[in-house]
Amino acid sequence: MEIIKNISWRSIKVWQRNWSVYIETWLVNFVMPFFEPLLYLLAFGLGLGKLVKEVPYNGVLMPYLSFITPGLIGTIVMNYSFYETTYASFVRMYHQKTFDAILSTPLLIEDIITGELLWGTTKSIIAGTSMMIVASFFHLLVYPIALWLIPLSALGGMVFSTIGMLFTSFIKTIEQFNFPVFLFMTPMFLFSGVFFPISVLPFWAQKIAYIFPLTYLVIIMRDIQINKFNLAFLYSLIILIILTIILFILSIGLMKKRLIK
Amino acid sequence: MDNNFVIYAENLTKKFNDFVAVDSINFFVKKGESLGILGPNGAGKTTTVRMISCFLPPTAGILKVFDLSVYRFPRQIKSRLGICQQEDNLDPDLNVYQNLFVYSRYFDIKRSVAEKRIDYLLKFVGLSNKKTSYIREISGGMKRRLMIARSLVNEPDFLILDEPTTGLDPQARNQVWDSLIELKKKGTGFVLTTHYMDEAEKLCERLIIMDQAKIIVEGTPDYLINKYIGKYVIEISNISSEIENFIKSKNVNFEKTSSRMLIFTDKSESFFSEIKEKFCGSLCSLRLATLEDVFLKLTGRELRD
Ligand SMILES: Nc1ncnc2c1ncn2[C@@H]1O[C@H](COP(=O)(O)OP(=O)(O)O)[C@@H](O)[C@H]1O
Ligand SMILES: [Mg+2]
Repeated sequence: MEIIKNISWRSIKVWQRNWSVYIETWLVNFVMPFFEPLLYLLAFGLGLGKLVKEVPYNGVLMPYLSFITPGLIGTIVMNYSFYETTYASFVRMYHQKTFDAILSTPLLIEDIITGELLWGTTKSIIAGTSMMIVASFFHLLVYPIALWLIPLSALGGMVFSTIGMLFTSFIKTIEQFNFPVFLFMTPMFLFSGVFFPISVLPFWAQKIAYIFPLTYLVIIMRDIQINKFNLAFLYSLIILIILTIILFILSIGLMKKRLIK
Repeated sequence: MDNNFVIYAENLTKKFNDFVAVDSINFFVKKGESLGILGPNGAGKTTTVRMISCFLPPTAGILKVFDLSVYRFPRQIKSRLGICQQEDNLDPDLNVYQNLFVYSRYFDIKRSVAEKRIDYLLKFVGLSNKKTSYIREISGGMKRRLMIARSLVNEPDFLILDEPTTGLDPQARNQVWDSLIELKKKGTGFVLTTHYMDEAEKLCERLIIMDQAKIIVEGTPDYLINKYIGKYVIEISNISSEIENFIKSKNVNFEKTSSRMLIFTDKSESFFSEIKEKFCGSLCSLRLATLEDVFLKLTGRELRD
């Protein structure tokens, strides 16, 4: 595969560029990821959690906050990478011409996009970990098993970075990102089993839920949460890994097509 | 192939779908040489230099830079080139110093080496006192100079400059020229595209004029002026049919625009005095032929774009 062959360790330099910019405004950037999960947990803990006490999942009765915690981690992981490789990458590519500048150096398009995907993944790891820290203050996570959520945040980050990059490869103006956000991200957030078990949905809706990658991420994260695994865990993990590999190559290929005429 | 060539292009062609932007051109640049590419808007200059810079793959033809094929060795070529693109693409998220520093990392230059070099380059382009300014805070001229400094971060063997002074005021242009002349003295050659004839004459030993995707002429500025214009130009701004008939009877090269007549000639004084006395008095003038005369003669006077 030419795309794979053209990726080099120099991708890290693109990651480093984004990191350098990120730590410029470190205060905002490191506080923000804590703020959002705190709001989620307070809203659901003080609000909905008062009404819904327990949720049955995989033969376990989970307290509601404990049930949604892995779902919220998955959501935050999804958001941070998706918004990075859509809006943020698009601004760098299209408005700031940062990719053009980098192309004047020994790096190839493949390096640049790989660097961007790794950066999107990093944002997910930062966000996922922040959420874990907040959740730990509420005693919602059990260690050490919960530490597995960090590599799983990386996996989720990679999935949603590549999905974001896929949209970036053909979108014309930044406003057009509203379409995938409303038609894909919002339904995914609501129907991937973050707030209620998918099994309560009517059969046709369950089928739709299994189109969403977030569903699989929430499954594996929740299984970690209850420390109880079955085949669904394995299937979900494999689906996410395969999806990452396919989308990784596809998104780089499509970006190359977009940028090199 | 002579490996004194820094760039060697043979039947180089670039198509965008069916549109031919560069049509089977042949040219070369030797080590240390400075080549100017002139041409009206849309001639294909940027497309040509973008192929040299390994941004765009050629559709057909041979293109070698440092004796390496652009198809196969883009990384190696780009690590030795200094590329200053037509559009400013400085990083607005970073300040002046960081722009150069982050760029040096792409070339894998050691931090201590990069820091010294960046200090030197900022001095070289007169931006030492702007180190911590952000890109939005500096003027257009400073941005251009920073672009040039950035293209020098890897101590390139050769520079690619796409319209380095377009849009600059005369002070800024002269500063950029001084920097380029200094680099040339040190032996760094370049390819430069420009709309400014004085710039091409000042900076380039050899010129290519492109129009409609093709190279129409090639040579040193003096050669081109002598071959296509001659030594002198007589400009007449009160044209009449008598003057026109007189000129035609003399069998010299001339051109008529809507308001002026330009006569291209090698013999000057006597011919000029004759015209002046007979027809136009102070409404005609004699001057040395310039590259601009060549350019307009060969590429025509209609507007492009
Ligand atoms: N990416 C592209 N896609 C389609 N047409 C292009 C592209 N880049 C340049 N062109 C066309 O190729 C021609 C040459 O452009 P360019 O090389 O930029 O000219 P110059 O730099 O001499 O002004 C123009 O007509 C331009 O519109
Ligand atoms: Mg151009």
